[in-house]
Amino acid sequence: MSLESRVTEIIIDKLGVKPEQVTMEAQFDTDLGADSIDQYELIMGFEDAFGLRIDEEEASTLTTVGKVVEYLKAKDLDN
Amino acid sequence: MNKRVVITGTGLIGPAGKTSAENWDNVLEGRSGVRRMSLIDPTDFTSQVAGEVKDFDPLDYLDPKLAKRTDRYTQFAMVAAREAYEDSGIKGTLTDERLGVIIGSGIGGITTLEREHKVALERGVRRINPFFCPMMISNIAAGRVGIDLGAKGLNFSTVTACASSGHALAVAADMIRLGRADAVLAGGSEAPITLTGVGGFCQLKALSTRNDDPETASRPFDRDRDGFVIAEGGAVLVLEELEHALNRGANILAELAGSGMTCDAFHITAPAENGEGSARAMKLAMENAGFDPSGVDYINAHGTSTQLNDINETIAIKTALGVDNAMNTPVSSTKSVTGHMLGAAGAAEAIFTSFAIRDGILPPTATLQNPEDGCDLDYVPREARKKDIVTALSNSLGFGGHNVTLALKKYSG
Repeated sequence: MSLESRVTEIIIDKLGVKPEQVTMEAQFDTDLGADSIDQYELIMGFEDAFGLRIDEEEASTLTTVGKVVEYLKAKDLDN
Repeated sequence: MNKRVVITGTGLIGPAGKTSAENWDNVLEGRSGVRRMSLIDPTDFTSQVAGEVKDFDPLDYLDPKLAKRTDRYTQFAMVAAREAYEDSGIKGTLTDERLGVIIGSGIGGITTLEREHKVALERGVRRINPFFCPMMISNIAAGRVGIDLGAKGLNFSTVTACASSGHALAVAADMIRLGRADAVLAGGSEAPITLTGVGGFCQLKALSTRNDDPETASRPFDRDRDGFVIAEGGAVLVLEELEHALNRGANILAELAGSGMTCDAFHITAPAENGEGSARAMKLAMENAGFDPSGVDYINAHGTSTQLNDINETIAIKTALGVDNAMNTPVSSTKSVTGHMLGAAGAAEAIFTSFAIRDGILPPTATLQNPEDGCDLDYVPREARKKDIVTALSNSLGFGGHNVTLALKKYSG
């Protein structure tokens, strides 16, 4: 499964949104209806799925789906 | 002038069914909801039987995100509250601020507590679900019901173990009488079938170990009873101020005419000798409702199927009514079919009692074969029986010595 697909799956699972809503530009708060606890839970989901720890500062930059994918690609998880 | 309180809607999900009607049908037919435990692996427990909600899928009722954010006990409360609310037809007949919620539970979100505790121990505290606290606390079912149904009036939970929802109803009625609400969604919910829930009760030796014959394990008043059967579910009633109900042409099931609340002040699990505390609760309920002890048509007993409860409750009934009256008053325990739904039991049994009044039928003590010596009342053994029921009592007794008796009455003006 591609990185994008895995990320999308996690977002759908945690936020209960539809696949069509999960575009690269989609913002977690305004487009996908995620409040601060939702977003924290989402970050934990990425941490668990990819075996990472994402610190608070880094997490605060991950405001869109695309930024998450970029971030994970930079960690060389795109395989 | 005193306000009167009536029951205008019911919702019930439990081992005997997913709706009030399904439950009542099984209770009348004596079809047990108790089976071999399946929610958790029963192998290590001394008691391996339970009253479980069959094939419960929260996705049948809640969207996936909400289903993940709610403990099973909260889900049961929401399902029951929705059914009661629909059943009552009260929507649109009162402002949000006049609709209250009082939903109790013995232990609240214990499944969530166990799961996240395990996560914390095995993977560290940074892995605890961020929603752990608001999923687990014992008031959250009441809060979720408020959100779900837009109820903005008084909202809290009553916590008295097996008497929790009995207290919810008693207090909700009092709130209405005080003018603090026009209607209250009142009841309880419990989902205790977990590792420590079952394990804990087994260690107390409180549960039946009749594992080879689950459907007869809950056998209140029987000489071969050996403990209660742990069960789960949610039960909610709409209690409504009488004038409000009449003005909107509501269907009135029964009147909640009064209640009695006492404490044994004796022991944390065993009832006071001769059920002294329970007898007082019944007497207070009868006084509160204006019932004559010689004219009570039916008593829905707490009747858990434990050695101590059933004999002491029998004595309590004789004390409260007088022996002669007691011998002429049918008493049954619907826990014979449902098992013991703990925090949901009081409300479930208030529902059964109000249906008994509505239909003029006494639900049986379905599993009673040979009454204990000293249990010599008319327990309506095995078969339901027609009777015009005008006045009824329903008892709930909780660990800690909490006693509550509800007095229900046929409404005829």
